[in-house]
Amino acid sequence: MNTMNSGLANKTETPEPAVLTPQEKPMDDAGLRGKTVGTPFADNAKFTLRDVEVFYGETQAIKGISLDIAKNEVISFIGPSGCGKSTFLRCLNRMNDSIDICRVKGTLELDGQNIYDPKRDVVELRARVGMVFQKPNPFPKSIYDNVAYGPRIHGLANRKSELDEMVESSLRSAGLWNEVKDRLHMPGTGLSGGQQQRLCIARAIAVSPEVVLMDEPCSALDPIATARIEELISELSQSYTIIIVTHSMQQAARVSNRTAYFHLGHLVEVNETNKVFTSPQHDLTESYITGRFG
Amino acid sequence: MAKQEDIYGDHISHQFNDDLAGLKEDFLRMGGMVEEQVGDAIDALIDGDGHRADEIRARDKQVDRLELEIDEEATRIIARRQPAARDLRLVISVIKMVADLERIGDEAKKIAKFAVSLSQEGQAPRGYVEVRHIGSHVIQMVRDALDAFARLDSEQALRIMKADKRVDEEYQAATRTLITFMMEDPRNISRCMSVMWVLRALERVGDHACNMAEHVIFMAKGEDVRHTPVEEAEKIVGR
Repeated sequence: MNTMNSGLANKTETPEPAVLTPQEKPMDDAGLRGKTVGTPFADNAKFTLRDVEVFYGETQAIKGISLDIAKNEVISFIGPSGCGKSTFLRCLNRMNDSIDICRVKGTLELDGQNIYDPKRDVVELRARVGMVFQKPNPFPKSIYDNVAYGPRIHGLANRKSELDEMVESSLRSAGLWNEVKDRLHMPGTGLSGGQQQRLCIARAIAVSPEVVLMDEPCSALDPIATARIEELISELSQSYTIIIVTHSMQQAARVSNRTAYFHLGHLVEVNETNKVFTSPQHDLTESYITGRFG
Repeated sequence: MAKQEDIYGDHISHQFNDDLAGLKEDFLRMGGMVEEQVGDAIDALIDGDGHRADEIRARDKQVDRLELEIDEEATRIIARRQPAARDLRLVISVIKMVADLERIGDEAKKIAKFAVSLSQEGQAPRGYVEVRHIGSHVIQMVRDALDAFARLDSEQALRIMKADKRVDEEYQAATRTLITFMMEDPRNISRCMSVMWVLRALERVGDHACNMAEHVIFMAKGEDVRHTPVEEAEKIVGR
């Protein structure tokens, strides 16, 4: 059991805490706490998460969630706004550390090692568990430097030629190489939205992470750019574990092996994606994915 | 079952509610039409009413047209609404059940065709008691299947699956009786063969009603019970 309460620099936006509407309250804790239906546990777990609780000050945003995330799986987190899916995602590489009032409790392990161990090197953790955000956020540097940034600060390359190789292979994996190879020294911010997002993915995978967290990676992109990113996700899943938060249920249906439905800080259901979208086990999941509330 | 009254009508989008309601309505309309066709075909056969039989064959065109309309409606819903879970199961099931209805319509047409030829031969042949009996049985199955669909009643659907076994047995028994008639007097063979085809058509109607019942269980329970023993389906429905 760990309780973390740290305030690092590098402030990120505070996610909105779960707000209960009167109609939703009866469905709260009593019926849902710790009652996840489906298949939350896996044999080859990359992440082992047990009884995870997250508080923003007095407000409890995550109310006791237990879940395994398997190696090389693509899992989607879906649920209405304020259900805690982004908060939960941010626990996995301690992005919540930057929020002063945020406290995380429970067991959170990556390959069997405690993520919230006070002695843990957070920079190393985030190199292993990379993140892609909703809005593409390239650094105000060249395309090349955006991708080379991670390998440089982690000292992954000894020679310029090695770094060049890393940049090229990351851009290739992100499906961007052919579009930018002739203008690597142009600013990253000059690319289109979809290209910028793929640049951010290239930047995330340049440090060879084991896990990539994606928080609404396509919500600012057009359908073509979205399709490219989704194609990329399925390619990347060969080598990485991918956890994606999305508001697009069709996207969850298209890209993920398993889908997890969050509701008011509870994990209501985790199941094979096929099952979730054809015959979900829980009524709340059904109501959400069929557009009955949300 | 009361709580399931309007389970397709509580979406945030009213238009989506209307789309699904329209699909259900058209399907039930087609079902009613087909059910009537089978009943009329049996009456025409037994009454030796060739004129009525001709009308049935003409009406089959309306059934076919409705099939196309419903398929189009279902395709449009998939394209525009991307239904999921129970909504998806409804749309998929309708697409499949509409094919069963259309086939039932074809069987009615077939019976009507025999009604015309048998009426021209005069004298009621043997086997009409069996036709009447099995006929009323399968018409009830079709009616029950439509009812189970309308109310999403998986228990009723299960009863239809069981009833189909009885129809199959009755069909076997009737076939044996007709074979006996044919052996008694070879002059009966031609007419007995026609009646046999009618019985065969009715047995097929029962099979289609049973298929529809299986889809109703899929709609209600999310489990495909085609090609599974009735006992297995019973467990699923009981859940």
